[in-house]
Amino acid sequence: MDFSEYKGVYVFVETEEGRPKAVSFELLNPARKLADKLGEFVGAFVVGHQVEETAQMCVQYGADKVIVIDAPEYQYYTTDAFTNALHKAVEKYKPNVMLIGATNNGRDLGPRLSCRLQTGLTADCTSLDINVESRNMEWTRPAFGGNLLATIMCPNDRPQMGTVRQGVFKRPKPEPSCHGEMIYETIRTMPQEISTRLIERVKEVVESVNLEEAEIIVAGGYGIGKAENFKYLEELAQVLGGQVGATRKVVDAGWIAHAYQIGQTGKTVAPKLYIAVGISGAIQHLAGMSGSETVVAINNDAGAPIFGVAHYGIAGDYKEVLPALVDEFRKRKGEQER
Amino acid sequence: MNILVCIKQVPDTTEIKIDPEKHTLIRDGVPSIVNTFDTYGLEMACRLKEETGGTVTVVTMGLPQAKNALRSCLGAGADEAVLISDRPFGGSDTLATSYIISQAVAFLEREKGSTFDLILCGKQAIDGDTAQVGPELSEHLGRPLITYVSALKYRNGEFEAKRENDDGYDRIGVKAPCVMTVVKTAYEPRYPTLKAKIRAQWADIRTITAETMKDTLDLSRCGLKGSPTKVVRTTTPQRQSECQYIKEASPALNAGKLADILARKKVI
Repeated sequence: MDFSEYKGVYVFVETEEGRPKAVSFELLNPARKLADKLGEFVGAFVVGHQVEETAQMCVQYGADKVIVIDAPEYQYYTTDAFTNALHKAVEKYKPNVMLIGATNNGRDLGPRLSCRLQTGLTADCTSLDINVESRNMEWTRPAFGGNLLATIMCPNDRPQMGTVRQGVFKRPKPEPSCHGEMIYETIRTMPQEISTRLIERVKEVVESVNLEEAEIIVAGGYGIGKAENFKYLEELAQVLGGQVGATRKVVDAGWIAHAYQIGQTGKTVAPKLYIAVGISGAIQHLAGMSGSETVVAINNDAGAPIFGVAHYGIAGDYKEVLPALVDEFRKRKGEQER
Repeated sequence: MNILVCIKQVPDTTEIKIDPEKHTLIRDGVPSIVNTFDTYGLEMACRLKEETGGTVTVVTMGLPQAKNALRSCLGAGADEAVLISDRPFGGSDTLATSYIISQAVAFLEREKGSTFDLILCGKQAIDGDTAQVGPELSEHLGRPLITYVSALKYRNGEFEAKRENDDGYDRIGVKAPCVMTVVKTAYEPRYPTLKAKIRAQWADIRTITAETMKDTLDLSRCGLKGSPTKVVRTTTPQRQSECQYIKEASPALNAGKLADILARKKVI
């Protein structure tokens, strides 16, 4: 394999119904840093339908070269169509590095694609670096429910591929003056090549929870006692402009919908502020929130493991602490507005 | 309907502790279990079999002691169990692992003279957390893939899967043969009955080796040689070791102090 043919740090820009997923733009940030270190360019593969606006945004977010694959069969994600499109694009453009957002679709596509290309893929990375001498990526990812960090390389194959967790990197500042090359590629997937059929898409309207993108999360554990007590958390979340989240035990008890679950069998979040209320801190839960910038724990039991990952702790009754916090933040907000 | 469920024996990650001095995992005495997501897959397979008839086969790749995990699956509803185990398979990453499993699937299907209608894998293993072997297996086999399946029906010759996505779910139709990966289901896996447990203890578990598959297996695609990814180092994450407890005289004072800190650090 001639490595010199493989150039550029590419991001797969995931769209659905023409709209981009947040993580795709976030990845243009590390892509730029890696490309600068390598002295290579930043590329973007935009696959979807009616994605012109998304493609233009990629340039503003720093992509030097945008490959647009736009056709009706890419309106909704299917494994078959997206693998086909990306596979052909990768064969032609030969990326050195390829970053894919670790969304459900990204983690569906990544392994199909890497397997078809017979190259290595590192899943669900939380940190990226490059060894400038060997030009090998160093992909770092959590394993064992977040207890271990493994750094992985793919020294003998190209492209080097990885899926990257949402919320780890900040979206770059858009620069309307940026210039980039737009390439419109016609890669079609015929209906008979798509083996699955979308019968119905159900949006759970009540659950307009976008925990992955929330900057502030107030999460409740079994220690809050009962479903009704989420009102304390909701009030605080509202004052802070945040979202409510929950542990698996709470979801299993039926106190709140699964869409709110954070942890190994739920969502992975990385907010600026994570307030854990009545959460003991099981490893499975920590696996889903350990990327949070600042963690505040509120729990009756001062010895609960959650305090081991918290920056600030209040050992006390949340039913007293939360209303006090609501009053305090409300007061401050009032002062700011005045 | 003939269903294959791929399982993995994993250390129970809830029991893993970190050595506070050496910052390494303490694995001694940690019990081995069947990967949680695989148990959901097995239960889904068993329910489908009870509706449509047929068999449920479980397969795993691992060391000989992984037979214990297979036995526990036999107790929980599987009819047959197969272990894929051999020296040259050691050190395989997900690409090599999925290749070897795909070869074993092809071997079993040639032997039976029919394909598995459905192959189920857990969404991911709770030790490696990669979620890659299932999709890669489908690619090797050239079969349709649906990931993140939380419910499954079969009617009029078509599977209908409920696939979880970020803001709801999709109902997706697909025909056999196909591969799916399973998330947490609405129901819990069954407990084995005492009778089933005893039967599982004495059941015959066949082992597939490199020799078994020698007609088609490419050894250069197995083990370390066949693995494009290499683990170069492992570390334990830097946990926030010092939690600053706020211990003012009243909830209101605690709230004020915390708000001050968060405002100073520009968190809010």
